[in-house]
Amino acid sequence: MASAVQCRGVWKVFDTGSSRVTALQNLSLDIPEGEFVTLVGASGCGKSTFLRTLAGLEAHTAGEIEASGSPIAGPGVDRAMVFQDYSLYPWLKVTENIRFTRRLSAHTRDRASSDVEAAAARAEALLRLMGLATVANAYPNQLSGGMQQRVAIARALMSRPRILLMDEPFGALDAQTREVMHDLILYVSELEHCTVIFVTHDVEEAIYLGRRVVVMAPRPGRIDSIYEVPLPARRLQDMKHTRPFLDLKKQILERIRATSGMKTDSELLQKLSRRADA
Amino acid sequence: MIGHGASLAPSAPDDAAAGAVAPDEIVVPLEPPAARPVRSTLWTIRGFISRRQYWVLATTGVALPLAAWFALAALGTVNKVFLPGPFDVARRVITWFNNDDLLGDVRISCYRVIVGWALSAVIALPIALLIGTYRFVQALLEPLTDFIRYMPAVAFIPLVMLWIGIDEGAKIAIIFIGTFFQMVLMMAEDVRRVPMAQIEAAQTMGATRLEIIAKVIVPSAKPALLDTLRITMGWAWTYLVVAELVAANSGLGYAIIKAQRFLQTDKIFAGIILIGTIGLAMDQGFRLIHRVAFPWLYKRS
Repeated sequence: MASAVQCRGVWKVFDTGSSRVTALQNLSLDIPEGEFVTLVGASGCGKSTFLRTLAGLEAHTAGEIEASGSPIAGPGVDRAMVFQDYSLYPWLKVTENIRFTRRLSAHTRDRASSDVEAAAARAEALLRLMGLATVANAYPNQLSGGMQQRVAIARALMSRPRILLMDEPFGALDAQTREVMHDLILYVSELEHCTVIFVTHDVEEAIYLGRRVVVMAPRPGRIDSIYEVPLPARRLQDMKHTRPFLDLKKQILERIRATSGMKTDSELLQKLSRRADA
Repeated sequence: MIGHGASLAPSAPDDAAAGAVAPDEIVVPLEPPAARPVRSTLWTIRGFISRRQYWVLATTGVALPLAAWFALAALGTVNKVFLPGPFDVARRVITWFNNDDLLGDVRISCYRVIVGWALSAVIALPIALLIGTYRFVQALLEPLTDFIRYMPAVAFIPLVMLWIGIDEGAKIAIIFIGTFFQMVLMMAEDVRRVPMAQIEAAQTMGATRLEIIAKVIVPSAKPALLDTLRITMGWAWTYLVVAELVAANSGLGYAIIKAQRFLQTDKIFAGIILIGTIGLAMDQGFRLIHRVAFPWLYKRS
């Protein structure tokens, strides 16, 4: 199968003049077309930096990245991104937000009347697919957090991107809304045949959504390990309580704990509490 | 464990709090029991007050000093040269209107304020947009602007007279100097406050730099920019009297200065109150435009 994303020896070094921080150390990863990959890791492991590099929002320092067969040089219409929050345009109604790409020359350069009609139909279909038909004329701040993220996903999908990049898109939602969004995004990504690269700090979310889970480690940011998720392609909420799911969750959590550098903190706490007892 | 349902149902058995409770064991009454006595929330930090309370308090706040003024004038203990009564001021407004071309003064003052303010707005806006969008423009222009804005506008009067002369241009220039530099800094801050996620979302959708400025940054900052325009309009009015120090022979500020020479305290009062009233009206106008132009800010569900 063809690759959606191919990374070979990718480095990202933040050089502020007074200090040098290695955010990504020699990353190599191959993501086949149509795969749902999740990236997890402790904070500072570079998972968001990596995603932003794929989006073209950050330039990598060394190495090669190819998306849909061509090297990444800035943002491109083949890749769309969903942010955690505050990325919707509050002055535009829900439909206008979803149709925002239609205002940009990159998407309307070869404008034909059939194209315009297709776009209108596409926006209409996305509204229905994401359950937004009843709020099409509302402003984003009239919607709940979950509904706002549905709009953000619909807007990202509007131009039929081949790769969907998601940066902790459900991080600000409550647990129940999040479950609903998980099943929705799995369904939609299947329907749209797009590759999804999904960043999260929630291990359960990473396993439930991903066909593969990439665990990253901090200081310097690097890939620690990659796990195939031993679950059927079609995911159901009850699978979260099965043995393979729980075993993998335990294994990944242990890896994150081992690489996070948080261990010293617990030792310090123990030392402090011993002193209090004495 | 105390379940949520258990606390809702006072009629549930006491031992229910100790263990698990099945949903059908909980009886929820349909009506709440008698309401608890309500304590005043006036001193609650950021507490709620009703619309009625708001209007009663607002009216009191305006009426109280006004009543004190009436009372002082009626008692006659204060010399009218120091404190003219409300009726003296009202009479003065009428004679001013009938004999001394009050409308002409209002018109010329409004003209100076609006032209000076609009001129700074037109020039400040693109500069602020560049400062707020590009770090290098910020580094280039912001320190200088910060430096100049601390200079008192009054001190520029001799320079303005030397460079521009003493006609209308000079008065507009004073108001311009008084508002422009503040405006640049405040508008630049408005532009900087546009969330980065809004900009980056447009970048990932393939927007060009011009498209990001025109279709994201400007519409996103617009409400804050209008607020800045409203606030600086107030400052423009405060510079009016200063501006009309420069060889003016008309205008509200000029009338106040002239009244001072003839010790017409009632006219000074009238001029100040007129400026305040016009300013208040303009402020309300701006607020109205804000509500009409940015409906999404006023709709919440």
